Amino acid sequence: MTDLTKLTLSDALDGMAKGEFSSLELTEAHIKACEGAKKLNAFITDTHDLARQQAKASDERRAKGTVGLLEGAPLGVKDLFCTEGVKTCAGSKILGDFTPTYESSVTANMKADGMVMLGKLNLDEFAMGSSNETSAYGPVINPWRNDVDLVPGGSSGGSAAAVAAGLCLGATATDTGGSIRQPASFTGTVGIKPTYGRCSRWGTVAFASSLDQAGPIAKTVKDAAILLESMSGYDAKDSTSLNVDVPKWSEACGQSVKGLRIGIPKEYMIDGMPTEIQALWDQGVEWMKAAGAEIVPITLPHTKYALPAYYVVAPAEASSNLARYDGMRYGLRVDGDDLNDTYDKTRTAGFGDEVRRRIMIGTYVLSAGYYDAYYLRAQKVRTRIVEDFENAWQTCDAILTPTAPSAPFAVGRKVTDPVQMYLNDIFTVTTNLAGLPGISVPAGLDKDGLPLGLQIIGRALDEATVFKAASALEDAAGFDSKPEKWWS
Amino acid sequence: MSEPVNGVSAEDVKKIARLSRLDVADDRLAPLANELNGILSWIEQLGEVDVDGVEPMTSAVDMSAPLRKDTVTDGGLRDDVLANAPKKEDGFFVVPRSVE
Repeated sequence: MTDLTKLTLSDALDGMAKGEFSSLELTEAHIKACEGAKKLNAFITDTHDLARQQAKASDERRAKGTVGLLEGAPLGVKDLFCTEGVKTCAGSKILGDFTPTYESSVTANMKADGMVMLGKLNLDEFAMGSSNETSAYGPVINPWRNDVDLVPGGSSGGSAAAVAAGLCLGATATDTGGSIRQPASFTGTVGIKPTYGRCSRWGTVAFASSLDQAGPIAKTVKDAAILLESMSGYDAKDSTSLNVDVPKWSEACGQSVKGLRIGIPKEYMIDGMPTEIQALWDQGVEWMKAAGAEIVPITLPHTKYALPAYYVVAPAEASSNLARYDGMRYGLRVDGDDLNDTYDKTRTAGFGDEVRRRIMIGTYVLSAGYYDAYYLRAQKVRTRIVEDFENAWQTCDAILTPTAPSAPFAVGRKVTDPVQMYLNDIFTVTTNLAGLPGISVPAGLDKDGLPLGLQIIGRALDEATVFKAASALEDAAGFDSKPEKWWS
Repeated sequence: MSEPVNGVSAEDVKKIARLSRLDVADDRLAPLANELNGILSWIEQLGEVDVDGVEPMTSAVDMSAPLRKDTVTDGGLRDDVLANAPKKEDGFFVVPRSVE
């Protein structure tokens, strides 16, 4: 039999439909791959026995003629989604062995569609990071390497590494400033952050509520579309959930882009960007032209203010959201002399450096006298960024940019200035601030043989165009490189 | 920006840490003040943007806040609520004394 871990999700679903293999066989192949890939540290919690049970149940359902959208597919879940009866810790010590008694709406949708869950995937602590090095459970190692271990990007580093290494057919992820798309770019995978409100936030550990959005990381654009169809949908338990239909996005993949107007924003040509990334972007323009799209120069004048606005809004909301970790109702408690001392000791022991830094920035910008100068101003700058995009949509239907300003870098690279790490999100963060959909597609390799991605941004709720353009880019790039299997 | 921001001192860091319910060791106060000042001075460039008459962003897609009937939709889950408590007794959370 062929190596089942090399299949795409779409091909695996077809293979099970044709009876070529069962979900249990597919699941066993992936469990074996997971067991052989401990060096990557992609998973925090394995749920292999549960996966076997779910696979058997799926095979029984199929025999009776009940087949869901993800029927029998072994997938990974970022450890930010609460999963009933399975430890969920957000990469943080402060949650201890927290075991939810409920299921996040996103994973509940996927379970209802027949998902088999292989385990909970590693991430930056509370999704705060761009390299997966802030996890209390150790860094994830990118399956792609040259002489040294490389980061898989972050915060969804476990999700991206697991998909790239063939440990699962796809994975859930979340994106607050680029946490789906930058790891996808770093690992040669596809990742989409949909329009804010497409996926319910209920049951997903909160980082910055006005920016957080779930989405999938997958092997192909079509696989990402299938996964997003399952994850999306209205949920009364999230008041920002959008009550709109979920289109069959997988049908948009492969459609012609003839006449589609693709905008190229001049503000994304930043100083110091590696020439290879500029060259790949130029190549992307040529590919889209050759596929029949029309290329339109556009301007997004407030782009340079996106990251600073993000680093007001995200820490401010994080400091509020993370106030709940007080050691009283769940998670870690470190006893102190009195109540306040217990709070201080618990939170100091439970949170890592980067999380503490962001809580303190957030607390500062929200503190008396500074709210208007920082948070309110940043929210107004967000409106300016939204206006930039609205002007752009007068002349284009989608926007093409690089995903990240670099290829994956070495684990443990010395970062003395936190702002340097924040710059990883320079091309992705604008869509979080404006709530727009954005996808990263693997488009080529750099001189060291490491993957690089290109990003397509679309109008709010127009994921269909995003998938169509991404699919054309995928076809033209013909990216079929895989990391050499050094980890087992 | 209109407010004085450049120059978070070690003393300010102590105050922020207090508000954040975090302990910062005394020898970490000055380095942390440096880091925060670095980030804050980078954020300063937001002051260049003309935001006169601009409404703060509320949502990406125009939608009105959803309403529902004011009825109980959940509850009766005491054991679930207590399931992950660091300390519990007889169906209650056990917490440090807060009133003398």
